[in-house]
Amino acid sequence: MTTAGLTACHDCDLLNRDVPVPEGGASRCARCGGVLRRHKTDSLDRTLALAASAAVLFVIANVFPFLAFEMQGDVTQTTLATGVDQLWDKGWYALAGLVFVTAIGAPFLQISLLLYVLVPLKLGRLPYDLARVFRLLRHIEPWSMMEIFLIGILVSLVKLADMANIIPGLALWSFGALIIVLAAANAALDPRLIWDRVEYSA
Amino acid sequence: MTAGVTAMSRSMVSCHDCSLLVHLPAHRLHTQETCPRCHAGLHVRKSNSLARTWALLIAAAVLYVPANLFPIMTVTSLGAVQSDTIMSGVIYLLMHDMWPLALVVFVASVFVPFTKLFVIAYLCISVQRRSAWRTSERTRLYRITEAVGRWSMIDIYVVTILVALVQLGALATIDAQSGAVYFGAVVVLTMFAAESFDPRLLWDASEGRDE
Ligand SMILES: [Zn+2]
Ligand SMILES: [Zn+2]
Repeated sequence: MTTAGLTACHDCDLLNRDVPVPEGGASRCARCGGVLRRHKTDSLDRTLALAASAAVLFVIANVFPFLAFEMQGDVTQTTLATGVDQLWDKGWYALAGLVFVTAIGAPFLQISLLLYVLVPLKLGRLPYDLARVFRLLRHIEPWSMMEIFLIGILVSLVKLADMANIIPGLALWSFGALIIVLAAANAALDPRLIWDRVEYSA
Repeated sequence: MTAGVTAMSRSMVSCHDCSLLVHLPAHRLHTQETCPRCHAGLHVRKSNSLARTWALLIAAAVLYVPANLFPIMTVTSLGAVQSDTIMSGVIYLLMHDMWPLALVVFVASVFVPFTKLFVIAYLCISVQRRSAWRTSERTRLYRITEAVGRWSMIDIYVVTILVALVQLGALATIDAQSGAVYFGAVVVLTMFAAESFDPRLLWDASEGRDE
């Protein structure tokens, strides 16, 4: 028995015969219903365009004022990284690390690695060490938690509402847009197209 | 339900990272092989899946206690110190009539971590008892559990944002407390526990025991 034309389900290991998947559709495992493959429309171009926009939004979100806090005339300006700085200064290193990785580090790596993979492919070249880089990218994904951070902001604003005035900054809007754009980039990505480009000898 | 032809039964391994299907002679099926395409380690099943999952799960369950008992932050305002735990944060939102937000925080910070511990333990036990009961549903339960765990991070972020915003020394300060560290550890450990569980074991265990 050869492996040609077969795909094993990640969730139950059943061998499924490869079937053509229509654009925008998905093929599912016959036994457990797990997704075997999603066929994305225009995957490379769309993901590249979205990842490039995400890069711009990421810079804005990290450079400009994020939230300002006004209490009896005193105004405190913060950026996205202020919370991480403060936790670190107060000696909460593990918390500072966790927040940095999930709210800033992982999204940054995600965007840069997407561009690292997609720009050369768009230009018809193979990125150096594509397999290792793309694997890393897929492992980073679950640790990128910006959308959860946004809900955290919402809860914080409610808690501070009695105490002070909160003024949203440009970076906050950019951060919101970044969440949507990066999620769209991930949704547009068809990993199979990337793996098909990797050359190897069995 | 049909007894399926699995990759393992045909001496094949599916790469966890790139999905390449690799045929290996039987004697190499359980040795250290790497994927020819992406160089990830090839495993017929995730190695030591149950032992690893249990270890992470028990560690998470132990830390779950201080995570909920100890305060996650303190607010010092004009000399008065007020401590907040995970639960008191939810109650605060409820008392301010923010019940949609209270519900979100309750689900993310209380319901999800607690349920996740039990669901993963149940899945492990069901494999060990070679259960063949509703394997499809148990697989779906696993997928959901794996996907929702990260939402428990909300409270960690709330502490971070409050600490960042309220640093006006004299009037009020907010500081993180050890409960937040324990809680963060619980979230990370349960994420790793879900990741180390191999859902294919559910199907191996039910093989030949179809209802
Ligand atoms: Zn399946
Ligand atoms: Zn591989």
